[in-house]
Order: sequence, then structure tokens, then C-alpha cells
Amino acid sequence: MSAVAKVKMEQVFSPPRALKGKISHFCPGCQHGVIHRLVAEQLDASGVRENTIGVASVGCSVFLYDYFDVDVVEAPHGRAAAVATGVKRAQPDKFVFTYQGDGDLAAIGTAEIVHAANRGEKFTVVFVNNAVFGMTGGQMAPTTLLGQVTTTSPYGRQIEAAGPPIRMAEMLATLEGAGYVARVAVNNVKNLMKAKAALKRAFEYQTKGLGFGFVEVLSACPTNWKMNPVEANERVGKEMVAYFPLGVFKDAAKGA
Amino acid sequence: MAQRVLIKGNEAIGKGALAAGCRFYFGYPITPQNDIPEFMSAELPKVGGTFIQAESEVASINMLLGAAATGARAMTSSSSPGISLKQEGISYLCGSEIPGVIVNMSRSGPGLGGIHPSQGDYFQATRGGGHGDYRTLVLAPSTAQENYDLTMLAFDLADKYRNPVLILGDALLGNIKEPVELKPYRKKPPRKDWALTGCKGRQQQILKSLYLADGELTERNWVLWKKYQSMQKEARWEEYRLEDAKLAVVAFGSVARILKSSVDMLRDKGHQVGILRPITLYPFPSQAVKETAQRVGRLMVVELNTGQMVEDVKLAAECQAQVDFYGRPPGSIPTPDELAKEILKVIKKGGAR
Repeated sequence: MSAVAKVKMEQVFSPPRALKGKISHFCPGCQHGVIHRLVAEQLDASGVRENTIGVASVGCSVFLYDYFDVDVVEAPHGRAAAVATGVKRAQPDKFVFTYQGDGDLAAIGTAEIVHAANRGEKFTVVFVNNAVFGMTGGQMAPTTLLGQVTTTSPYGRQIEAAGPPIRMAEMLATLEGAGYVARVAVNNVKNLMKAKAALKRAFEYQTKGLGFGFVEVLSACPTNWKMNPVEANERVGKEMVAYFPLGVFKDAAKGA
Repeated sequence: MAQRVLIKGNEAIGKGALAAGCRFYFGYPITPQNDIPEFMSAELPKVGGTFIQAESEVASINMLLGAAATGARAMTSSSSPGISLKQEGISYLCGSEIPGVIVNMSRSGPGLGGIHPSQGDYFQATRGGGHGDYRTLVLAPSTAQENYDLTMLAFDLADKYRNPVLILGDALLGNIKEPVELKPYRKKPPRKDWALTGCKGRQQQILKSLYLADGELTERNWVLWKKYQSMQKEARWEEYRLEDAKLAVVAFGSVARILKSSVDMLRDKGHQVGILRPITLYPFPSQAVKETAQRVGRLMVVELNTGQMVEDVKLAAECQAQVDFYGRPPGSIPTPDELAKEILKVIKKGGAR
């Protein structure tokens, strides 16, 4: 009988502390889970988890509090940036972030995000753009691509009826008050690393008191795109990135 | 002795808020309440507070929601059309049980209406213009002094019940200039263990109004209902020369103060008439109205609208008294003489008892 050798194992990997470890309820191939993971890693890396107040929005993103182990207040549809303004002004030493979808931020919440960015509010916005209203069943969003079929654009989005898709990152980058504005994707490892770097920088804008940070993350919604996860992920890289270019549009405090 | 100053009703609101420890104000300009944001923008920075002129009424109520979610005392103010826009936020404040003070120095409607005094927002204030089965406490001052006093009370009640409190005034109460005794605020705001301040040393806390699990929302609504029942004890009202009255006039806010002069004039002529003035519009002082109905036998409701509170008075009176009504839609402020004449018509008409 041989004794099992006791090997002292060094822990080299663990899920982020900022996540609760709840089993995902998101659809297969949905990228909310990946984005959660990236945000949680930054909460850990910045050492702010216990001093964080998250602002949940309306849509699939509302379940933020089920996944993140931080204080969370739920905002009405589109109002996360206004709620976060109140939170951050009242608790300037806390880390405050919103997590919003495109139906929320780019449609009903356009006024709130534009003015929060322009005031240079010192919180961080994670904007998940999957070009569709997800939770309500796949209706057209302001970010829906031209020709894209949704439940409210059954013949494909027409420019005459709906105008072209809105590029939020570019629009916000024009605002004098906005500090850091970037668009990233999580469709491959290379883009994941860039997304990670963008989130890190956006977090720094807050932790260093530099100003408003905004990261738009292109995301797949296989269910409402009527695609399988692989196809949906490929669509992000081909169609989404073609219209919504990736990159840093503004880094006002570069070097700081 | 407390300092006595001559100030506008709107300023009295601001001073009451500051005295009660409000350090966050979010608003958007609209007549006839602009003195409030103007006052707060000048005074809050002096006490380390924050004033933000928001991009909209919708944004300002949500900024209040955010600040109050962290336990801070926060206020917003507006006037009728702006209050309509805040209804979404008020519903969420109720659903998430976040306190806050919302001032409506109402103007006249519907629509853009005008800037005359009006009590056309009674239904909106007491029924809640937002969605869902909720209630808000509603305080109705009738003098600049009460603007000051009731604003302090509003913060206490908001914290006590973790619920928004509305102050319903109008163009007259906002702009009238009167002596106000600046009584010091002596209450100690409660501990807010529910507030979001980061989860250091404790479990994560969530303030939300979404409940999707089976039966969860039913339970949630019953919990809120119990709270609304417990608010009923907050009913407040004033009785004016009612002791031997044979007719009780029920009125609130600005018109109630004008009616006091009318009643004095009628009393001088030997008419036994008095006033019952609800100070809380929610909870409505139903018991006081019922007892007055039983004792006096005749009620007359006077409002600066075409008939809103009269419904609550009739419900509360439980058919124990004849209820007459005089309504004055916006456009002009009635004089004591005019109102005395209307009361006299009711007295002369006679009726039950």
C-alpha cells in the first residue's frame, strides 16, 4: 500500500472575488458572463470591491446584483447614469459603476448618459452593445445594424424609418467633459485582452479621480439574433466591428 | 428664541430642508418654484452640500434616488408638468423603499396650463401619478411658516417610513412673502442600516423593485401595504372656529388661508361656520372629517380645481353629512369676499339638519 504523497499545491487561479459564483442564467453564447468576469476582475485588481456601489439598469443587465458581490441599486430604464450621479456625489470615495445595455443607454437613457459624461461625473460606465433589445424578446435597438431583422424590424432595419445605428462611443467622445471613451469586443482572445486593458483604464479614471470613464463592449445575443453561439460570435467580429470600430476614442488624461 | 425672518414661501422650503440636514438637491428650472433651486444653489455649497441642475426632471428624481440610496437626505422640487415627469422615479422610490422629499409648488394645467395657483394636482399627489400599488405621504402647507416646518417633518417622515414624501403647495404658497420663525431642527435622523455604502464588513445590500420569483411580488406588495397602513397615524389637520359650527368648510393649502378671512367675516355677521383643514392629504384625515360630519352635519369643500378632494371628503363623511362643493379652476385667486358669498349661498340653501 503506497501512501498518497501530500503535494502542497499553490493556488494559481480562482474566480474573481467580486463574483458570487452563481450559475449563469444567461442564454448559451451570451457574452454578459464574459463581460461580468472582466468587470469583476477589475474590481478585484483595483481593490475596490468592498467600497463599490453598482448601479443596475433595465434589461438583461438588471441581474447585476445576482452575480456581483457588491452593493447595488437598481435604476429605472435608462436612468442609471442619473442614479450613479446621485450615488457618486453622495459617496465620492466609493467606486461607482453602471452596467447598461443598448436598449437602456442608447435609447431611453440617451439624455442621462450624455449629460453625465459631459458633467464629467467620476464614475465608470460599462455599456453592453448587442444591437438588440434582449430581455424583451429581440426588438430593434438604436444600435441595430441596417438590414438586421428583429421582431420590430421584420423586413430588416431601414434607414428611412429608423435612421442609421447610433455610435455611442464616438458621440460621447465629442463631449468636452468625457474623460475616457473606448469600444471593445470580447469575441476573441486578442480583443478580450484589449477589453481588459480598456476596463482597467476606465477604472483608473475613477480611482485616480481623473473623470468619467466609458467602455462600450460589443456583445453577442445568439437567442435574439437567431444564431448559434459560434455564428453569433463570428457576427460580432465581422458585422458589428465593421460598423462599430474598436479602439480608444478619448483618453483625455493620457499619461496620468 | 428662534430667528424670525421675512422670506418667500419657496425660500422657507429651502431653509427647512437645510435645517433638516438635506445636503443634496437635484432640480430643473420651472416657474413658479425657481426660488428653491436658486436658493439651494447658493446655500448648499456653503454647508458642504451638493446642488446639481439636472438635464431634466426625470434625471433629477433619479439623482435623488441615487443619493438617498446611500442614506443621504436629498430633495428635488418642481411644479406640475415637472412633477408629472418625476412620477416614474417616485414609483421606483416607493418600490425600492428609498426615502426622499419632493416639492410640488404646483401651477395650473392640464398641459402647459399657466402659472396661476391651482390645486389641480391633488389627485396626482394623493393617488400617485406613477405606476403600481403605492402611496406617498403628502403634506400640504398653507403658510410660509408651514413650508418651513413641514419640510423638516417631510424628511423625518421619509426616513421613518423609507418612503418618498411630497409637499404640495402652489404658486401662491411659493411666492408669498411672510414672517417665518426659523425654529431649530431638533430631531436626530435615524440610523440607516439599509443604505448602500459598500459591503465592507457586511453582506452585500441591494435596493431594487424587481421581483420575478414565484409569489415574491405578491408578498412584497403586502409588506408595502402594511407600511402604508402604519402611515395612517400620521394624519394631521387643523380645526379653525369649528367648536359650535353648523357648517364646516373643508379646504387645504392656499385656499384654506383665504377661507379663514371669509370665515371671520361670516362669524362677524353671526354665522356659525368653521374650517377643517387637512394638513396631510395622504394619509387623509378621514376620521376627523367623519367626526366633523357627524357633529356638524353639513360640510362644504372649497378647492382651486373643479372637484378632487371633495371625493375624499365624501368618502370620509360616509353620508353622515350633506357635502356641498365650490370649485375654482385656475386663472385668478378668489378673494375672501367672494368665498364668503359662496359659503353664504350654502348656508342659505339650507339642507340636512
